[in-house]
Amino acid sequence: MSSQEEGETSPEITAIGISFGNSNSSIAYTSGEGKAEVIANEEGDRQIPSVLSYIEGEEYHGTQAKSQLVRNSKNTVAYFRDYLGKDFDSIDPTPCHASAHPQKHESTVAFSIQDKESEAQNIVTVSEITTRHLRRLASSASDFLGKKVNAAVITVPTNVTEEQREALSKAAKAAGVDVLQMISEPTAAVLAYDARPEAKLKDKIIVVADLGGTRSDIAVIASRGGIYSILSTSHDYETAGVQLDQVLVDHFAKEFTKKNKTDPRQNDRSLAKLKLEAEATKKALSLGGNASCSVESLADGIDFSSTINRTRYELLAGKVFGAFTRLIEEAVRKADLDILDVDEVILSGGTSHTPKISQNLQRLFPPTTRILSPSTLPTAIDPSSLSARGAAIQASLVQEFEKDDIEQSTHPMVTVTPHLRNAIGVMVVSEDVKKGLFTTLVEKETAVPCRRRGVFAVPREGGDVMVKVCEGLRDIKVSRKEKPKANGKPASDDSDLDSDEDEDEEEEMREKVWNVGSVLAEAAVKEVKKGGKVEVTIRVEADLGVHIEAREAGGKGGIRGTLGTARVVENGSA
Amino acid sequence: MAAVHFSLPLPVLPQGWAGEKDFKSIGQLSSATQRNIEPVGPHFLAHARRKRHQRTFSEDDRIQAQESVKKVEDDDVGEISEPEDPLMLQRDAKDWKGQDHYAVLGLSKHRYKATETQIKRAHRKKVLRHHPDKKAAAGSSEDDSFFKCIQKATEILLDPVKRRQFDSVDEAADVEPPSKKQAQKGNFFKLWNPVFVAEGRFSKTQPVPRLGDDKSKKEEVEEFYNFWYNFDSWRSFEYQDEDVPDDNENRDQKRHVERKNNNARKKKKTEDTTRLRQLVDDCLAGDERIKRFKKEERAGKDKKRLEREAAEKKEKEDAQKAAEEKERLRKETEEASKAEKAEGKKAKEAAKNAMKKNKRVLKSSVKDANYLLPAGQEAGAKRVDQVLNDVEAVMAKIDAEEMASLAGKLGGMKVAEEVGQVWSEEVKRLVEAGKVKDGELKVMGT
Repeated sequence: MSSQEEGETSPEITAIGISFGNSNSSIAYTSGEGKAEVIANEEGDRQIPSVLSYIEGEEYHGTQAKSQLVRNSKNTVAYFRDYLGKDFDSIDPTPCHASAHPQKHESTVAFSIQDKESEAQNIVTVSEITTRHLRRLASSASDFLGKKVNAAVITVPTNVTEEQREALSKAAKAAGVDVLQMISEPTAAVLAYDARPEAKLKDKIIVVADLGGTRSDIAVIASRGGIYSILSTSHDYETAGVQLDQVLVDHFAKEFTKKNKTDPRQNDRSLAKLKLEAEATKKALSLGGNASCSVESLADGIDFSSTINRTRYELLAGKVFGAFTRLIEEAVRKADLDILDVDEVILSGGTSHTPKISQNLQRLFPPTTRILSPSTLPTAIDPSSLSARGAAIQASLVQEFEKDDIEQSTHPMVTVTPHLRNAIGVMVVSEDVKKGLFTTLVEKETAVPCRRRGVFAVPREGGDVMVKVCEGLRDIKVSRKEKPKANGKPASDDSDLDSDEDEDEEEEMREKVWNVGSVLAEAAVKEVKKGGKVEVTIRVEADLGVHIEAREAGGKGGIRGTLGTARVVENGSA
Repeated sequence: MAAVHFSLPLPVLPQGWAGEKDFKSIGQLSSATQRNIEPVGPHFLAHARRKRHQRTFSEDDRIQAQESVKKVEDDDVGEISEPEDPLMLQRDAKDWKGQDHYAVLGLSKHRYKATETQIKRAHRKKVLRHHPDKKAAAGSSEDDSFFKCIQKATEILLDPVKRRQFDSVDEAADVEPPSKKQAQKGNFFKLWNPVFVAEGRFSKTQPVPRLGDDKSKKEEVEEFYNFWYNFDSWRSFEYQDEDVPDDNENRDQKRHVERKNNNARKKKKTEDTTRLRQLVDDCLAGDERIKRFKKEERAGKDKKRLEREAAEKKEKEDAQKAAEEKERLRKETEEASKAEKAEGKKAKEAAKNAMKKNKRVLKSSVKDANYLLPAGQEAGAKRVDQVLNDVEAVMAKIDAEEMASLAGKLGGMKVAEEVGQVWSEEVKRLVEAGKVKDGELKVMGT
């Protein structure tokens, strides 16, 4: 009676953030100061492999289970996340080649494993596996926090279906974890960076490259005043961490074959051993210039030991690295943007530790673009924990809310909003050209309603100034080094961006310029003091009405004006 | 978002530019794109709030600010809202034992539940209002008696030992148990629960089990009553002690008062214990659940007993049946053996009769054959004796069947030779069989 009463009267919610990946999962919580921290499980892992293994009824989880892939592969379940909530016909069983194989069970996917002490093979559905996995994660978090964890924000890829969400929610519920909200992985990564106390609120275009173990997801996100809109996404199941492992596996296997006349790739167990070790070698190569790979009794009882340096590895994996870069380029193009438009690239996911990938991106993007990865920025957050951190921050934000409140807030009625097609700005006097220069105040792809304020200088002597508000069109100006004269090629010719451009003898200079679009309004601010400043506020309402306010900074009154509403076109794509 | 600063200056107003109120609307915004924004992050939550409540930026800012301010005020209001009783304000601090310290501080709603911070805050607030300096400033006389009351109340309530002593005798926190009349009307749990909650404040072990409700399990109810019958109370009655006189007065008097106080405390404690026991008894007597549990238990027991009896009865019947069956079998066999016996007797008798008859036939045959002498020859007594002896001897040697066949052969024969032939054949057979020795038979042997 008393326990029941307590359950009803004090529904204390302890929420964590869970990043549930196909290869690895991580859990994070928000400390009292609002800082997200990743929780290490009992074995001290912050990156917990999403693997479950069973030996004589004993359940192994995480790293322990992963090492069972060598000896007990039939009773080890791995890479199951993507199967959740899908029917058997639509899944790709390749990643499970070296572990328990998925099979059709009613309308869903299941694994046939010996998970009890008896010899019998049990059919365990993927949702049951997910429940067990989440239960282990939650219990690790509970042990760490000393409080029962009963709610979580879970990150999901951007392309999950409603059924998958539902299945995940159900599986989590069965594990005793209430899913407060499911947020997409790239936004969680952005949130993890934006929630840092030193972060400044800025309008920016962010590319989030989530390079995981079995898949890579790229999202282009417009961050406008802390509100995130996904402009485009691309997914690739063929370019990911395992491909890099495979490069190393092939390399070492060849080396072994040369000496011993036997190919470890022919034998399942040898292959599994080599794969595990190659993954460790890959991780070591992300940190140091040299790494060794040694496997005892790799094949035919022969031990194997070899070292590889980073240059060699980068050479071998060049193709895969190229694919990563192309994938990111494609996502930017899909968002109708140019490489120059990107302000930040966030590398997320375990594979992002690889220095070569961020180096390639550094070369691809202009120097003004910040590449947030451990090898390019010392203050970068550990990429593998980004989404868990983001989820934890979101969890701390919403855990106070009622369930209804969260649902209503995430309802399409609230989330679907018009986004500005063009930037809105004010014309200022440029240094050399007489005709004036467009300065952006409200960026394009800003969700309305929005409000931006800019403070402008006035001519030295003060007096009457004009505030001319207009739309701006971004253009890419391409100029050749030999001929400094600008040829003003239109940006629509996007094929210029391809990497084969580098082979051109004439190096091209590309820069972002603003063309003035339609003029929206003009206003006059009269008798500004000498050395004074003019403050311009542009407010775009939800119905796309524009309010413009201009006044002398510190002064009273000012000029106000309103523009009529514009049409909304229903052509947005996530 | 914070304002963005631009270093490039705005252009000078061209000559002859004119607009209504210095503003000229020229163009229109190009059409917008519908997109989904990600429901993530603090700024989104702000956006969702604005959108759902249809507020503008400035409205939302204002409401948010107001809400955060209001919260602070609410906390304060909770403790000073209690009106002050004018009678209480005129209290004399010397009579501190009789004063309700919680009421003085305006905490009569909280009483023993008031936390230390609450008491401190309440004290501060009361001081701000009733400090003698304030009263002097307001122009009234320098009457600081209520201020002293406040100080005394705080002193007692902030000292854990003294606070317990006061709480022990704080009647205002007691809840009277329901009278019989009230109890009869039902509402058992509603009436008794507050009583036990109030009494529970004296318990050394916390938390105190709750009375529960109709749906409580038997264990819970039992635990509840066990707890209350073994109640471990910290309640003490020092607070009601008579003042012990100062040292410089009579020492005996002092000791006398102390002893008196001690006895009074003990007495009150015992009274309190009995009172509590009576209270629990009353509650138990009125508790329908106990009756229900007993009934259920009895029903369970009865069921068991009935089952057991039925089983016994069945066993008995079975045993009886088995015995009957056995008896029947025994009788049957007995009868059968009796019949057999009778049969055997008859046969034996018949055999005996046949034997007798045969013997007679044998004997008579020799007699009829003139004792094996040729006809006309008178058989002497010796001859008769010898022949009869021989017949006797043969008869003794042969068994009943042989005798029967022999009798069959001899039956009806009168001629002495024929009879003699048969006898001699018989004797010969016996001799051959080794049953009769040569010369044993006097007449027939030859």
